[in-house]
Amino acid sequence: MDAVIEGGFTDRVLGAQSVFRATMDALARPGTVQSIASDAAPPAPLTQELGALALTLCDQDTLVWLDPVLASSEAVTGWLAFHCGAPLTADPSQAQFALVTEARHLPKLDVLGQGTDEYPDRSTTVVLAAAAGTQRVTLKGPGIKNRLDTELPLPGGDFLAQWADNRERFPRGIDILIVRDGALVALPRTTRISEA
Amino acid sequence: MNVAAYNFAYLDEQTKRMIRRAILKAIAVPGYQVPFASREMPMPYGWGTGGVQITASIIGPEDVLKVIDQGADDTTNAVSIRAFFAKVANVAVTTHTAEASIIQTRHRIPERTLTEGQVLVYQVPIPEPLRYLEPRETETRKMHALEEYGLMHVKLYEDIAKHGRIATTYAYPVKVEGRYVMDPSPTPKFDNPKMHMSEALQLFGAGREKRIYAVPPYTEVVSLDFEDHPFEIQHFEEPCALCGATGVYLDEVILDDHGGHMFVCSDTDNCEDRREHGHRGTLAGHALEAAE
Ligand SMILES: [Zn+2]
Repeated sequence: MDAVIEGGFTDRVLGAQSVFRATMDALARPGTVQSIASDAAPPAPLTQELGALALTLCDQDTLVWLDPVLASSEAVTGWLAFHCGAPLTADPSQAQFALVTEARHLPKLDVLGQGTDEYPDRSTTVVLAAAAGTQRVTLKGPGIKNRLDTELPLPGGDFLAQWADNRERFPRGIDILIVRDGALVALPRTTRISEA
Repeated sequence: MNVAAYNFAYLDEQTKRMIRRAILKAIAVPGYQVPFASREMPMPYGWGTGGVQITASIIGPEDVLKVIDQGADDTTNAVSIRAFFAKVANVAVTTHTAEASIIQTRHRIPERTLTEGQVLVYQVPIPEPLRYLEPRETETRKMHALEEYGLMHVKLYEDIAKHGRIATTYAYPVKVEGRYVMDPSPTPKFDNPKMHMSEALQLFGAGREKRIYAVPPYTEVVSLDFEDHPFEIQHFEEPCALCGATGVYLDEVILDDHGGHMFVCSDTDNCEDRREHGHRGTLAGHALEAAE
């Protein structure tokens, strides 16, 4: 029970404010690395960064999809229930947020909530814990002056092709927050990614 | 206003989360109006409760806040909002554009070019640019979804037919990143070019109408126009009477009962800064009190 009650932000209000502000800056400047360092201490396999974002953005008004690793952990579901109170869904297309511990558990982007043409905001925001390793890419789009050549811990496989399709669906589509080592990089649906 | 028992930045955490989620979606879909459940604030709607709710949801202890009303830091509205946040969020406040990390504004964009890391929060009375053409929300939402902006062009063209030019001077509609037509709030069209490719993040809050929208930094913002009637900003015949500035937005100030008047900077911080740096207009010798 202690593991459930412990591990929220020590300062609930300012902890959430600082993580939110970093997330806002990250989405406003796609590809830039923003610190989301916090004292959130969720139980494994929920990472510190995933936990911090859940504390900041999820509550009783948001449906959350958990990847199989998280969904099968009672410690994790108990912690999220206590600290966020967010209802869970097994249907990724219904989720406002999808918490993903590894790229291989990331659903195909087109099965996540895309929003509608009239309400493109009714879409899923993915929070993905990235593994080690990066890929050289060039980003373009709103929030980026001309172009940004950078290295990002993107999922492998056909992710870039899926992302191109996601970009094509604009204004519908998903947004991704990629987290690792106390930091966050965001890719809003407007960002164009090409291999450098 | 009674703020005896309040949370940091006044709003409760659940409300902040809801507004924060809306802000993130607004940034991801530039120019699209995200609905949100606007809360009652300890000030009337006309006082920019939409902007206040955005500021309350993003502000942190490290921020430095500037609040302007029609370009001025010293109006009742601006002073009250600044005092409100100084009290409920204990943040530093400033009148200097360059020192502010968050600038909440009603009806102007500062003359000084905003820089990376700054956030401009607009108080918006009517967020829907198509509202005067189509009062039904279900219809305007469909028009945005289908990019059906013909009516808006018809309205601007009727201006040209009637006045020989586009007569709209405030809340002049823009297209964001080639997709959404957006109301820049009742800023003078003079300020429209400042929105284009701005380094600052621009957030718009409409409290009564319950909408939040955004323009990320480095985003295309183009004022609607026609090939034979291109968009033009207002031009002023004379410089600011106090600081001599040209190429800035001026307000007419009546000096006496005999038709005496002068044109002065709408952006009071910019004007004061220029005078401190030795710039003088033709009436600079006259104390400002003469105009008040
Ligand atoms: Zn002046």
